[in-house]
Amino acid sequence: MAWEIVVGVETHAQLRTRSKMFSGASTAFGAAPNTQACAVDIALPGVLPVVNSAAVAHALRFGLAVGAAINRRSVFARKNYFYPDLPKGYQISQYEIPIVAGGALKIVLPTGEKTVRLTRAHLEEDAGKSLHEDFQGMTGIDLNRAGTPLLEIVTEPDLRGAKEAVAYARTLHALLRWIGVCDGNMQEGSFRCDANVSVRKAGDDQLGTRCEIKNLNSFLFMEQAIEFEARRQIEVLEGGGRIAQETRLYDADRGETRSMRSKEDAHDYRYFPDPDLLPLVISDEMLAQARASLPELPEARRGKLVASYGLSPVQADLLTQSIETSSYAIAAFEGAPQARWPDMANWICGPLSAKLNESNLDIGASRVAAAELRRLAQKVEDGTLSGKMVKEVLDAVWAGEGGVDEVIGKRGLQQISDAGAIGEIVDEVLANNAKQVEDYRGGKDKAFNSLVGQVMKATQGRANPAQVNEILKAKLLR
Amino acid sequence: MLDSGLSELQAALAAKKISSVELTRLFLERIGRLDGRLNAFITVDEGVSLAQARAADEARARGEGGPLAGIPVAHKDIYCTRALRTTCGSRMLENYTSPYDAHVIEQFERAGAVLLGKTNMDEFAMGSSNETSHFGPVRNPWNSGLVPGGSSGGSAVAVAARMAPVATGTDTGGSIRQPAALTGVCGLKPTYGLVSRYGMVAFASSLDQGGPMAKSAADLALLMNVMVGHDARDSTSLPRPKEDYARALELPLAGLRIGLPKEYFGKGVEPGVRQCVRAAIDWYERRGARTVPVELPHAALAVPVYYVLAPAEASSNLSRFDGVRYGHRAAQYEDLNDMYCRTRAEGFGAEVQRRILVGTYVLSHGYYDAYYLKAQKVRRLIARDFAAAFRLCDLIMGPTSPGTAFPLGAKTDDPVQMYLNDIFTIPAPLAGLPGLSIPCGFDARGLPVGLQIMGDHFAEARMLGAAHQYQRDTDWHRRAPKETPL
Repeated sequence: MAWEIVVGVETHAQLRTRSKMFSGASTAFGAAPNTQACAVDIALPGVLPVVNSAAVAHALRFGLAVGAAINRRSVFARKNYFYPDLPKGYQISQYEIPIVAGGALKIVLPTGEKTVRLTRAHLEEDAGKSLHEDFQGMTGIDLNRAGTPLLEIVTEPDLRGAKEAVAYARTLHALLRWIGVCDGNMQEGSFRCDANVSVRKAGDDQLGTRCEIKNLNSFLFMEQAIEFEARRQIEVLEGGGRIAQETRLYDADRGETRSMRSKEDAHDYRYFPDPDLLPLVISDEMLAQARASLPELPEARRGKLVASYGLSPVQADLLTQSIETSSYAIAAFEGAPQARWPDMANWICGPLSAKLNESNLDIGASRVAAAELRRLAQKVEDGTLSGKMVKEVLDAVWAGEGGVDEVIGKRGLQQISDAGAIGEIVDEVLANNAKQVEDYRGGKDKAFNSLVGQVMKATQGRANPAQVNEILKAKLLR
Repeated sequence: MLDSGLSELQAALAAKKISSVELTRLFLERIGRLDGRLNAFITVDEGVSLAQARAADEARARGEGGPLAGIPVAHKDIYCTRALRTTCGSRMLENYTSPYDAHVIEQFERAGAVLLGKTNMDEFAMGSSNETSHFGPVRNPWNSGLVPGGSSGGSAVAVAARMAPVATGTDTGGSIRQPAALTGVCGLKPTYGLVSRYGMVAFASSLDQGGPMAKSAADLALLMNVMVGHDARDSTSLPRPKEDYARALELPLAGLRIGLPKEYFGKGVEPGVRQCVRAAIDWYERRGARTVPVELPHAALAVPVYYVLAPAEASSNLSRFDGVRYGHRAAQYEDLNDMYCRTRAEGFGAEVQRRILVGTYVLSHGYYDAYYLKAQKVRRLIARDFAAAFRLCDLIMGPTSPGTAFPLGAKTDDPVQMYLNDIFTIPAPLAGLPGLSIPCGFDARGLPVGLQIMGDHFAEARMLGAAHQYQRDTDWHRRAPKETPL
């Protein structure tokens, strides 16, 4: 039987602000425990929250970027529950009226583009951290993170399977970084996803009972967790069982999800409007400022890369994973031979990206400047370099041997396009490989490739391949 | 000196007839003599007070000093102070000292005032008789077998018994006005948003408002000038230009329209109270004011609405007292949940627990619409009633409390009877409106009666003016309790 996997994703994106959602304490990561928790964050008696307008501006930027409606009057609410790392005994969030309503995100799949509908995005504060190790039977509480501004972004159940869910999460991650509202650092917890997973028989229009998998903090875990969970649900249903609505945790070590709490155990959060905060009113001016501060969005830039630079949608998607990468590519393309643009895209996504990852550098800090990449394309176009030599040159430039021209000169990497010189080498190869010459003449075409290989080897790959073919054929015919 | 108003004290200090140290010592001595019986103060530290008084004297010698330079002020123990512990009348915070000062405390410090001590109060401001304090009940100086009202009972008694020249209180449903009425002093609950709530331990955030308590309307005006001010740390604090609350004290009463809501003169009002209030209103009429009947048809619902909304907010506001970071924590517990349960069962008194339970209930899934949401709707209707009434009149007058002071223990077993004490003070805060209580006579037992004057938003100066004119011509506010002779 064919099953359809239905996924909705909730993402907690930490907003890039200097101070917290409702206090002036710093949000910088990695400080000694409880050194970045002020009276408001510790919830001392008498303290009151004040909304961080930078966080509001980020939420507006996001809402505009996904074409959502901005609620000009949204309401902060208290979500009440007791936990030691929740100092007030409630989290300030938005419940009935969020700041961002609706919107959509286009994702690129191997099968084409897909539009994922967003339900809402709302502002809230993070809790602190409970540290259960190192305290011998006690729990340590670190409130540095308490009050950190978050944007919770919720999708409709529009995603079909783990791969689509991950594609959505990657696209969202890229967009948040692109517009500068979130640093996207997943190790530090700046971007965390929960996945609501259900399955149904293909063709059913009713949704199955869902389970929520909490705190997926890498794309790999997200994919594995959704795949495991969908398989689990299908097995239960095929075995005649029913899915219980529950919250589950992904155990990455064991590669499985397990129940955390059932729907019956769910808290009654007793949401009510926070009387310490007036409704959040968005002025025309705030909205105009947010709009003006948005760069060209990835979707528009993707379209431009396909339409104006002749890239494939997949290449365009890869180059628009970050605003810096796409800007680098466009800078390199300018003045480079048009015919080489798709090759250049491949160089960026392939060898250059590998080097960047290896050294843990952003493309802005690339040791191969955009101008050098352009020079590389010119050298291929004018026949100086063969495609095979590109990686060697790029690696050498990366290693600091100099610019493209210098590396070619120093390493003697110019392509050999001199017919006389190639002819001499071909003669030598033919003399030393009598068997293959005989085979070829006896009708075994494969022997030809072996002879080409010998010539390339003798020239360390520098011989112009087209010329080698031509000269070799001519000499063998004799 | 003990019986002097602020302007007399200011004059005496300015003329160097007395130093701040001497003045402060005078009040400290009186506290030492009387407070063993009255229990108006939770914390008094002579060292702290005298050091501040000395600093005030030194500042004066340098030619510096604010409007209250060297004048001792008693603060309700709900305002966070670095110098003295802040208990909020609770075992939960019995040993809690705030690392920061409330905005109100900062304002008084800037004005040069001396911190005289922290006054007793109903636990977390929940009560109308000052009997829910962990530190024992406060006694009424007019008759120490009676309650002083609450929750700002300690501040009211400190002023009434002349243990402090002036004091601060907070009012959520009547906590300044009702004890002022029951002890024969003046108390003003300002328009919501005028006095910053920063550093005022929260009871019901949408209703809580700090305000002054004193012997006269003129003193209240001077205190308002110090207490009111925008504070960016309180998002509900109103950004308004500074105003002088004493500016309208001498405004004539001719043409003043006084609204009399029939709901405030019904059967539940004790005859002694009714007579005094009626006589005061007659006085205003003689002075050229005109009375107009007004209606507050939803006022009858104010008490039930209040006892849904205030506990709802309180149940959430008091969640932070969990024993994790500060305050009381149970000595023995099995696990996390047990730690919460024992800590809060031990740290909170019965009335606070009752309100947390009620508040939790009305916010619960399935009850929210029926209680909390409905109460919010009625709250808006009450505000609309007042708005309509203030189109017909400038001020509304009536009794502050339906009765005078009652015996200790008389209503502790019947919360509803206790809650009904605030029937006339609860409507104003629900509408965010200012309310003032001033003494207007004594009932047959010789107990003080309070006249309540309510105004539209920001009508404080007009209200204080009307009260001041009355006090220029009457001496109810000058009478001091017989049990605590000067």
